[in-house]
Amino acid sequence: MTALPVVDRARRRPRVGTVLTYLSLVVAALVVLVPLVVVLLTSLKSSHELAQGGGAFSLPEDWLNLSNYVTAFRDGKMLRAFGNTAFILLFSITGTVLIGSMTAYAIDRFQFRLKKTVMALFLFATLVPGVTTQVATFQVVNSFGLFDSRWAPILLYMGTDIVSIYIFLQFIRGIPTSLDEAARIDGANTFTIYWKIILPLLKPAIATVVIVKGITTYNDFYIPFLYMPSEDKGTISTALFRFKGPFGAHWEDISAGAILVILPTLLVFLFLQRYIYNGFAAGATK
Amino acid sequence: MGSGGKFSSASAGPTSRGSAPGPAAQSPQGLDKPAAQSSPWVEKPAQTPQRLDVLRKVTPWLFLLVPLALLITFTYVPVGNMIYYSFTDWDGVSPERNLTGVDNYTQLFTRPELFRVFFVSFYYLAASAVQIVIALYFATVLSFDLRFRNLFKGILFFPYLINGVAIGFVFLYFFQDGGTLDSVLSWFGAGGDHAWLGDAESANTSLAGVSVWRFTGLNFVLFLGAIQSIPGELYEAAQLDGASRWQQFRHIIAPGIKPVLSLSVILAVSGSLAVFEIPYIMTSGATGTSTFVIQTVKLAFQFNKTGLASACAVVLLLIILLITWIQRRLVPDEKVDLV
Repeated sequence: MTALPVVDRARRRPRVGTVLTYLSLVVAALVVLVPLVVVLLTSLKSSHELAQGGGAFSLPEDWLNLSNYVTAFRDGKMLRAFGNTAFILLFSITGTVLIGSMTAYAIDRFQFRLKKTVMALFLFATLVPGVTTQVATFQVVNSFGLFDSRWAPILLYMGTDIVSIYIFLQFIRGIPTSLDEAARIDGANTFTIYWKIILPLLKPAIATVVIVKGITTYNDFYIPFLYMPSEDKGTISTALFRFKGPFGAHWEDISAGAILVILPTLLVFLFLQRYIYNGFAAGATK
Repeated sequence: MGSGGKFSSASAGPTSRGSAPGPAAQSPQGLDKPAAQSSPWVEKPAQTPQRLDVLRKVTPWLFLLVPLALLITFTYVPVGNMIYYSFTDWDGVSPERNLTGVDNYTQLFTRPELFRVFFVSFYYLAASAVQIVIALYFATVLSFDLRFRNLFKGILFFPYLINGVAIGFVFLYFFQDGGTLDSVLSWFGAGGDHAWLGDAESANTSLAGVSVWRFTGLNFVLFLGAIQSIPGELYEAAQLDGASRWQQFRHIIAPGIKPVLSLSVILAVSGSLAVFEIPYIMTSGATGTSTFVIQTVKLAFQFNKTGLASACAVVLLLIILLITWIQRRLVPDEKVDLV
């Protein structure tokens, strides 16, 4: 994303405008950062420090006091939660990529009867918000005996992701069909073409889907909360939610838990910024 | 994959051969090909036309089998069941369920305590309006050349990526009595201690504020992308004509991002009706902050009123479909087709 060309910005406009623009940006940045920074500060304080008061903005006595993190990690069962989340991420992302690209390939490259119907089915499904059907979806999942199993969220994440189909469809249209034909002439069958030609060319789209899907799955609360109530199946969202009970008003532990959950997102964001912006823009508009 | 290989297999390829079996196809190869290579040529024609035809018809369905199975199992079967449950008194567990006609729907619209949750949506609707305006302002500002442009972009977008439960806790702490918000306000000589989540009005306003904090970044990135897809020459031309910033926004940016703007509005409206995470995590729906989805989830999974909960869900679904339909009518130029 490059900046738009600006013709003699400084000379034409009065200085006051520029100052106000920067002022608004700084205020917005503070509004975003202050709640997070306060939680970070709290996570480094001892319970004694918190009990003494001293206000939300007081600095911790020991900047390297990580004992709250140890408590949150151990008593909050965060290690298992990260493990469960990683397991769900691995399968649901792989599934989403394969299913999304196969669907897009079939819809874009073949002419068949009922094609219009199939497209209408996928299209209409985008209009049905997932949260509204959960009461009935629950019964379906339950009837498969998948309730309280890690496969329930995996299947739900794979099955309801229409956004990734859109992203793949946009991308597959840009791959010339002459490539398919050349491969077919060489004797490749449809599956070989999909696997050896289309899928490798879809790499940028796959990266987008992996990032978008990964972040939304990592952060999802609703589905693991409804479908995996037992404690040992907690994902990072539900494990963190359980902090409400045992840690009660121990804000230093709760804060440490929250920071533990936010940290991986921050790292991913810092390393993959550009792809993340593009991915969310593509995912929401197409 | 040499060109020679391509050529020879081209003449043997199913597409060029499928309709020409029999002696007509055999005669040329007898002239210029050795007999050893001709054997596949002779064998194929006998069964090719039919088998290929079937294969060609089946292939797309092989790719669509799993996706369609998942789509139907986890979207269409639930929607169908949900409509059916909404006419029953099922509790979600016992094998027996009785058809009760529209009883659930009459309950929903006549019992004020069930209907009241709809009004909570207005807080979030107002919040969405604020959110879109803020996002539009910062997207416009940051699409021009500014110092620390990428830093501000990152800071504004980041909240959208944060885990909802973590956000819930961050703001529970933020709104505490004598907590962060009270401290900040006291710097400006305002307030003092205030139980922000104590009464319905201030609790809902606070929660709606959290939703602005969380979702402005998404709108911002969508608008930014749309603004940057407007060709730069348009601005240059406008500036040569002496157009002010506001005129540029009014006549170039606003029309240029209309489709994304309308998409944001529809997402905002349906999102406001379907709020769940933040109020559930922060207040569990207490002190009048229960939303439509929280109520539905509680009815279904705590009070075992699956029938009534399904009726709620059907009503919510219908409202969202209606809004989407109206939006498609109003902004017909938006491309929503799959092909």
